Amino acid sequence: MKSIYLDHNATTPVDPRVLEAMLPYFKETFGNSASRNHSFGWAAEEAVDKARGQVAKVIGAGSKEIVWTSGSTEGNNTAIQGVARMYADKGKHIITCTIEHKAVIDPCKFLETQGYEVTWLDSDPKGCISAEQVKEAMRDDTILVTLMFANNEIGTIHPIAEIGALCKERGVLFHTDATQAFGKVPIDVNEMGIDLLSLSAHKVYGPKGVGALYVRRKKPRVRLQPILHGGGHERGIRSGTLNVPGIVGCGAAAEIALAEMQTESVRTAQLRDRLWAGLSEHLTEISVNGDPQNRLPNTLNVSFLYVEGESLMMGFGDIAVSSGSACTSASLEPSYVLKGLGLGDDLAHSSIRFSLGRFTTEQEIDHTIKRVVAAVNHLRDMSPLYEMAQAGIDLSKVVWQSH
Amino acid sequence: MAYSDKVVDHYQNPRNVGSMDQNSKTVGTGIVGAPECGDVMKLQIEVDENDRIVDAKFKTFGCGSAIASSSLTTEWIKGQTLDEALMLKNTDIVTELALPPVKIHCSVLAEDALRAAIADVKSKMAKTTETASA
Repeated sequence: MKSIYLDHNATTPVDPRVLEAMLPYFKETFGNSASRNHSFGWAAEEAVDKARGQVAKVIGAGSKEIVWTSGSTEGNNTAIQGVARMYADKGKHIITCTIEHKAVIDPCKFLETQGYEVTWLDSDPKGCISAEQVKEAMRDDTILVTLMFANNEIGTIHPIAEIGALCKERGVLFHTDATQAFGKVPIDVNEMGIDLLSLSAHKVYGPKGVGALYVRRKKPRVRLQPILHGGGHERGIRSGTLNVPGIVGCGAAAEIALAEMQTESVRTAQLRDRLWAGLSEHLTEISVNGDPQNRLPNTLNVSFLYVEGESLMMGFGDIAVSSGSACTSASLEPSYVLKGLGLGDDLAHSSIRFSLGRFTTEQEIDHTIKRVVAAVNHLRDMSPLYEMAQAGIDLSKVVWQSH
Repeated sequence: MAYSDKVVDHYQNPRNVGSMDQNSKTVGTGIVGAPECGDVMKLQIEVDENDRIVDAKFKTFGCGSAIASSSLTTEWIKGQTLDEALMLKNTDIVTELALPPVKIHCSVLAEDALRAAIADVKSKMAKTTETASA
């Protein structure tokens, strides 16, 4: 069997239908959408506007509320820094949580160096933040709540509508990083009280390097101080010539994701459950990280006790997944998200994230089960921790020789 | 980051996986690392009356490079005297397995585990000698 890709929360392949839609915009329809005086520019602008509508529809927004970006990192920065600087007179307090993506954590940390105060909410053991926590953290000078829609590592979905309603009630702007949720679960910015929302095309079978930021235009009209200054594109929020083929791809990807969301979410959830059933049938001492119910349909994060994540990935080398193990990152620190759930470092080191996608098949899942089970058994046979646990030793009471 | 062929070979076919009786007077055990650091290595040696390592076993919780480092160490030290085994340097492991800089700590851990095992068996032998002479 050829390589199996189960790392769709990292990125996805471009859907052939998306690529097809993009191709004319490299050569034939290559105009600059900001060229207002000739047909080349008009054609490009028409394509960009169509894509705006396609993306807006997925989240129940108006097409004029979509600002093109290079992806969610830019979207998050534009939203968080843009709100902070625009509303600094009103207050300098921001609420977020400790298990956000770095593209939210780092702009917030940056703002802390610029005289802003950030409240970092801790998640519960399932990776969830409650509206109650947000309410308690709110102050008179709170200007922004920024919480991810769904977590990238464990897939847990936050109670966005409740938090949005709370923000509306208190007159605080609400930004959500919906990178993982966009196109996978239903989103309605009005019903959910979302004022700003970041998304990336490449997580939903679109191209890399393009995404969008939803910026509410009424009730309230959100104003942002731009990061990029220049030609005044995108209502002055994001200057720079638009990446027309990328935007066309983002629009096409959004349209397909919306059309297939219902069937796809059922299909991937079934495959994910099949994967978990297969693993738990053959292996003891494994556990799901995150919320088994409120979770993205495609995500399964598992800790395999007594084996280390990177060595496990090595054991099924032709299956692409991610690990919370330190050894897979340059920092040698295990996943801060898993640690944020209160998982011990040892469990974080033993975790694997399987994220399924549109082209994942049942055969691939069955093959994955076989390979993972074999690798876990291979590694447990040589794990001193497994041996000690089998001998009845409580590993938490052992005094280790840390190095 | 790709693994060297030797790391892959040790990972797939680890040499000398297993455990010996920790209480035996001729067995030295070294356990280093901690689960929260992502590496725990247990290395054991059995020594004859001439201070020669007649057998070596390991069990490792850790990445592929940690497994390979401990597997290679047991392979190298079998048949050596304790003094010869003490000459082993982590840099020898780094060279043999072509470990990248980020994995050097795996080789350090293997060296530490070996030294701990040697120290353990030496202290047991010293006690045996004391008891014998008493």
